Amino acid sequence: MHIPDGYLGPITCVAGFAAMIPVWTIASNRVKKTLQAKQVPLMAIGAAFSFVIMMFNVPIPGGTTGHAVGAVLAAILLGPWAATLSVSVALVLQAILFGDGGITAIGANCFNMAFVLPFTGYAFYKIISGNSPATSIRRVIGAGFGGYIGLVIASLCAGIEFGLQPILHHTASGQALYCPYGLKTSVLAMVAGHALVFGWVELLVTALVVKFLQKQEPSLLRVELEVVK
Amino acid sequence: MKITTKLWLGLGTLAALSPIGLYLPDKFKAGDAWGEWGGDKIKELVGYVPTGFEKISSLWHAAMPDYVFKGWEEKGFGHLSFAYIISAIVGILLCAIGAWLLGKLLVKKEA
Repeated sequence: MHIPDGYLGPITCVAGFAAMIPVWTIASNRVKKTLQAKQVPLMAIGAAFSFVIMMFNVPIPGGTTGHAVGAVLAAILLGPWAATLSVSVALVLQAILFGDGGITAIGANCFNMAFVLPFTGYAFYKIISGNSPATSIRRVIGAGFGGYIGLVIASLCAGIEFGLQPILHHTASGQALYCPYGLKTSVLAMVAGHALVFGWVELLVTALVVKFLQKQEPSLLRVELEVVK
Repeated sequence: MKITTKLWLGLGTLAALSPIGLYLPDKFKAGDAWGEWGGDKIKELVGYVPTGFEKISSLWHAAMPDYVFKGWEEKGFGHLSFAYIISAIVGILLCAIGAWLLGKLLVKKEA
């Protein structure tokens, strides 16, 4: 889901940054107010986990590859605003150092994977887990489906961004200037891959880590309750 | 053992296992991620290279494109795996330092 340089035209690139600058600003303010000093190491681990889990490319045989992002896990442990910052750190580093995702597309990629993903996933986690105790199975199920739905909705956003390009930018003869595939193809390709395969990887990863934390350190899963106060 | 220590060990394990993310797509002939093709592949798919794409796609030269050292692209799975693990370690450390500094900066301001 890392949109490279050259696939998005100037309008979408600028829109991506225009959307993310207020998000990053609000996230910083919210984190300033709610993050406790003891949670800072978790923010670091969240960013590092997101980075490395994205390296686990999963194949659709004969087709394409994708991966989990780990953003909903960060949202569960730190709240969605801190997750936005953590995943943004990973995405910026991937773009600058490893050329994974374009420099011009950092805004759009962060919008999809560091904003839409943790927020939608976290919302579903909250709906499913409700006020259940930190060790409840509802937390594991909520984490898993939060991860799945978050990743699929993020892929829908990426598909729309790809698919808008031939409408926004084309030559007089109809050749695309940037991404050549229209909305129908782009959205279908992005959503199908993530709904059928990659979303399940995010589901598994998020649920397993929450399950592990329930056994090892359930207090981490209560952090969000303190944050809300 | 502190939970953060356990999580760090988990991250180290993931870095060591990261070549799985290289091996599986190759083994199952999965090709590139959708929408992450190079110019040649786009030409193969739609018959032309979009002119805007051609201009912007080579704008940035990353230090380790695709998690490989420059010149190692054709060196085989062993070398690629080594570079991938190094990339994972470097990425984990830099992400952790970056997010940690950001967190420290924000939390400190409040005090």
